[in-house]
Amino acid sequence: MSTALLTVSHVCKSFGGLRAVHDVSLAVAPGSLTALIGPNGAGKTTLFSLMSGFYLPDAGRIEFDGRDITGQAPDANARAGMARTFQIVQPFAAQTVRENIAVGAHLHEPRRVAALEAAQSVAERVGLGSQLDKPAADLTVSGRKRLELARALATQPKLLLLDEVLAGLNPQEISEMIPVVRGIAQSGVTVLMIEHVMQAVMNLAEHVWVLAQGQLIAEGSPAQVTSNAAVIEAYLGHGTAAKLRQMASDSGAATA
Amino acid sequence: MTALQKEVSRIALFALVVALFLSSTSSGVVLNFVMMALYAALLAQAWNILGGYGGQFSFGHALFFGTGAYMQAIAQMQGGLNPWLALPLSALASAGVGLFVGALSFRYGLKGSYFALVTLAFAEVFRIVALSVPFTGAGVGLMVPLREGFANMQFDSRRGYAFLILALVVLALSVSCWLQHSRFGAYLQAVRDNEDAARASGVNPFRIKLGAIALSGAFMGAGGAFYVQVFQYLDPGIAYGSHTSVEALVGAIVGGLGTLWGPVLGALALHALADLTRNLFGQLPGINMVIYGTVLVLMIMFAPRGLSGAGKSLRALWKGRTP
Repeated sequence: MSTALLTVSHVCKSFGGLRAVHDVSLAVAPGSLTALIGPNGAGKTTLFSLMSGFYLPDAGRIEFDGRDITGQAPDANARAGMARTFQIVQPFAAQTVRENIAVGAHLHEPRRVAALEAAQSVAERVGLGSQLDKPAADLTVSGRKRLELARALATQPKLLLLDEVLAGLNPQEISEMIPVVRGIAQSGVTVLMIEHVMQAVMNLAEHVWVLAQGQLIAEGSPAQVTSNAAVIEAYLGHGTAAKLRQMASDSGAATA
Repeated sequence: MTALQKEVSRIALFALVVALFLSSTSSGVVLNFVMMALYAALLAQAWNILGGYGGQFSFGHALFFGTGAYMQAIAQMQGGLNPWLALPLSALASAGVGLFVGALSFRYGLKGSYFALVTLAFAEVFRIVALSVPFTGAGVGLMVPLREGFANMQFDSRRGYAFLILALVVLALSVSCWLQHSRFGAYLQAVRDNEDAARASGVNPFRIKLGAIALSGAFMGAGGAFYVQVFQYLDPGIAYGSHTSVEALVGAIVGGLGTLWGPVLGALALHALADLTRNLFGQLPGINMVIYGTVLVLMIMFAPRGLSGAGKSLRALWKGRTP
């Protein structure tokens, strides 16, 4: 896939004896909304950090927008059009919501007043419009997740890497957030998200990669991967897929 | 009025009021007090650029002070340069030293106490070098020859010096104001609050911190140059001794980190306090340092946002809002 926006080829990363990411290759098509899933500790966030330049891969190659960006610093990647959010939210706590988002907006807008204005329109897009002058430290969990999204969006990225923007939200907040993410994708931004909330993945993603113990074990449409035996075993333990099949056929036999 | 216009007009008002006051009083004691308070304010403002807006706590700002002071003295005595030309050169030299130290320490990601220790170490190294090389006059020090006159930046009373330091303080206020209303300032505060988030937003923290340390060093160097003009004597202990570093950081922390008026307020309050205790305790050497230490501990315990932060909280209470 040479037309991909982001191509990861055979990337490896170890921390001491732990192989966090091992020989992972994937390609994100421009304009797509895709997801990366996997059990806790599978290496999803590490893979994001490798893509965005926070970690240097031990081996492999990362290409973005037709250029080799392996080992390029995160700020250079942001300037090239790749924005990320953090799973553990990282607000500029002492500053207001407006100022937080303006830092992102400044990437393409040197003037302060214009950046603050841009921050306002981005805030409205993610539903933070009424909280612009609150200090970021005073926001709720849901507010902080929105702020992460807003700051990344304010850099006007081509590719948005969302690291669990729905984690920690209640069902009401999740169902408010899903249309926001869809709206961003429909505005032409390519979105790759790490997500545990399957409701969102099934709802949003057109293509899913499954990572377990640092390796890609499956990919395909959401429906395909959730019925994949390897994926079920990665989440629920070895032998579970067979047991589930057994139980299904048993209950089928019982009703018959 | 926008926030920027409001702040600019406040700075102009401050300059006007202090200038009028300086012209109207003829008491040597008062003029000396105002001059020394403004001088302390300049050091605190310089420290505040890097420490307050940038979150990089230096414990060795004497490094920039001493470099500016030596530059000012040497440029006049050995280079035959006019002091008015030497002063910007001194600021530039200190900015250069700032770039050097900054490039070394920020390249390796030094933060917090490690950065503080490195700056302290550099100030000590410079002090020892200044003690041993000939062109700084070594331990004997340098005595700038007395040549009174405006052209030589040597005034016949404290009033002239007070106007000079007022101009520098107003310049530092303007730069701080610019920091609060510019992309560079926004990036600097972003790096202070969360470096990873800043990097993800396209900010190069190394470059931003370098800019801040150069700017901070330049104002500290101007402070050193001013010191030489007033006292006309310099030795390595005065130039690179840690008391200058402490004075700069205490003024900024007591006044309010990362605020426009905090360092000016803090320096003024501390200076009044130090003068008062000096009158009470006589010339007990080092008593002002004891006072500074006590005030610093009390401020950090009870008003961590400094005098200007405490003022803001009180104003909010007065208006019936929770701060």
